[in-house]
Formats: sequence, structure tokens, C-alpha cells
Amino acid sequence: MDPLSEFIRGITKDNPIFGLVLGLCPTLAVTTSIDNAIGMSAGTAFVLICSNLMISGLRKQIPASVRLPIFILIIATFVSIVKMVMEAYFPPMYAALGVFIPLIVVNCIIIGRAEAYANKNNMFYSLIDALGSSAGFLLVLVLIGGIRELLGTGGLAIFGTQLVSIPINPITFMILSPGAFLTIGILMAIVNHRRAKKLARGG
Amino acid sequence: MAADVSLFQIFMDGVFIKNFLIIQFLGLCSFVGVTKDTKSAAGMSGAVIFVMTLAATVSFLIYNFVLVPLKLEFLDLISFIVVIAALVQLVEFVVRKNVPSLYRSLGIYLPLITTNCAVLGVVLLNVLNEYSFIQSVVFGVSAGIGYALVMLMMSGIRERTTLVNVPSSMRGLPHAFLIATMLSMAFVNYFGVIPL
Repeated sequence: MDPLSEFIRGITKDNPIFGLVLGLCPTLAVTTSIDNAIGMSAGTAFVLICSNLMISGLRKQIPASVRLPIFILIIATFVSIVKMVMEAYFPPMYAALGVFIPLIVVNCIIIGRAEAYANKNNMFYSLIDALGSSAGFLLVLVLIGGIRELLGTGGLAIFGTQLVSIPINPITFMILSPGAFLTIGILMAIVNHRRAKKLARGG
Repeated sequence: MAADVSLFQIFMDGVFIKNFLIIQFLGLCSFVGVTKDTKSAAGMSGAVIFVMTLAATVSFLIYNFVLVPLKLEFLDLISFIVVIAALVQLVEFVVRKNVPSLYRSLGIYLPLITTNCAVLGVVLLNVLNEYSFIQSVVFGVSAGIGYALVMLMMSGIRERTTLVNVPSSMRGLPHAFLIATMLSMAFVNYFGVIPL
């Protein structure tokens, strides 16, 4: 195992959304704008990295029969930290993400990585794995958030700075919930199509 | 604070207007995972209604009579997740002992509910909206009914479209998401405009 390919694996093959199809709820719910997408992935990344490190460090001490409750307690602790920090220092972001910050606890990505990777590998590789998965999650969230914000409001803005604006009538539909399902459905079809082509080429 | 919200409005909110699955995106894993046939969707929905109602009830009591008097509100998340896990385990024991036929039909869906974000979502939204005891319970029941409604609609549509010839790259999840787009459009447009 070399660290770089482990990192890349989290973005491509084991991408949390398109590869493993985990953690759909936050992916669809908070991607109404790029800002929210970045805030959500930052919170998830912090919890994922800390819990992967801690679980990997304690993996020899945790008895196999009660490992899941212990994982959940560790994750819930870090999520409480994120929740309190965000509530205190970034109140607008906290208000926009709402109930989805505490719901990181039941995000399948985190417990999935803990069970599938951190429980079996040492701390260094678990850190790399967490960084890779977080990067993959961030990319997908920003992509979906970008598409929805661009079509739904006719422009892109990151933390108040206007980046692009296109001369269309804003399609409010894209900001509402049907737009989320439509965007992820089409993106997933594109990913499937590319994967099938790659397989046909014998890659 | 939320004392003036009528029970009927909370009920309609839970079932239609703020439907957990397709308006608020809570519990999507089961939405795309167990809607391939109506039977398992119905089993999952039954289990969720049951656990959601119980979780709303028990967590209200724990939050207001244990955590608030002891000034331990910051432990809400940890205690809720433990309560839900314990509750699911308890329900599993009781159902297995008393109603074995129901236990067999629910199968693996019962333990899976622990990590269903819809259940934790109900509990957290109850705290966030400062609902009273009756309001919390009504919200729990109605959210469960809304969940069941959408699960059954989705699984019905997916069952009827299994033989449809869709392009190969659209098969499976993309197809399910496009069906969900139509469903959620209906919900947004019909129920979003009713003034209550």
C-alpha cells in the first residue's frame, strides 16, 4: 500500500457518494449552495478524521463484540464538538445546515470507514483513508451544490464573493428538493456510463 | 414557544408538507435501499412508525426530566443515540418473544433502524421546535406515517417499472432518483401551496 494511491482511492473508486453510495441524506439536503456544501463537508471531514484516528489507535483495546456501540459513542462525541464550535463561531452556517450537523452521527460514511478501514489498519493509513474519503465527499458536494446554485439562482457565490453569473431565468425548482434528486440521478448515470465504457475497454 | 401550533398542523407537516423522505431528505438510505419490492418496504415502514413514535416519546421524557434539570443539555446527542439503540434492541426482544410472525417479516430491518437518520431526525426536530409532550408524540406518529406513505408509493412505482427498458447506464440508482424527482415534484407542488 502506498499512501498516495490510498488517498486517491477515496476520491475515485471508493468515493463515498458515487462509489459506495453512503451518506445520501446530507448530500442531497444541504447542497442548495456551495457555501453549505463546504460547511457540511468540513464538519464531516473533522469527525471522520478524528474518529478514524481514535478508533484506529484503540482498535486493539476495543472488544469485537461491542465495537459498534463504542464507535457510535466516539463519533457522537466528536459530532457534539463540531456542533458546539459551529454554533458558537459560525451561527449563520449553523442555522443553514440545521439538524444535519447533529445528524452527522448517523452518517453511514463515518461508521462505514470505521468498520471497514480504521478497525483493521494503523493510524497513519487510517488518517490517509479519512483524508481521501473527506476529499471525495467534498468534491461531490461542491459539484452538486455548484450545479444547483448556478441553475437555481443564476450565479455562483462563495462566502459572499460573486464568481460567475449566467444570463438565465433562475430555475427555482433546482433549489427545491426535486432538483437535488434530478442532479444526483443524472450525475450518477454519467458515472455509471463512464464506468461501463472503461470496463468495455478492458480497463 | 411552539405551544400555539395546532396538532392538526403538526400532523399535516409530518405527513405531507415536511415529509421526511422527499422534502427533508432524512432516511434516504432505506428509501433507495429497501424499495425494490412492496413487501420489504411495508415491513420497514411498519418498524419505523413503531420506533419513531416510541423514540419521540421516550426521548422527550429523558430530555425534559433528566437532561434539563441536571443542566446536561449538551449531552443530548449522545443520550438520544443511546436511547434509540436501546429502544430498537428492546423492541426487537419484545417482538421476537410475543409476535414471532411480525419478527420474521421485519427481519434485518429492525436493527437497521438504529442508524436511520429519520428516527434521530424526529427526536432532534422535536427539541429544536420546542414541542410539548403531546405535540412531540403527534409529530413522531405523523412523520412515521409520511415515511410509510412515500416508501409504499416509491416501491409500487419501482415494482411496476422493473421490466421497463431503460438505458443501461440509467439502471438501478439513477432510475430510482429520477422516479424520486417526479414524486417530490408532486409533493412540493401539491402540498406546498395549501395554506394551513
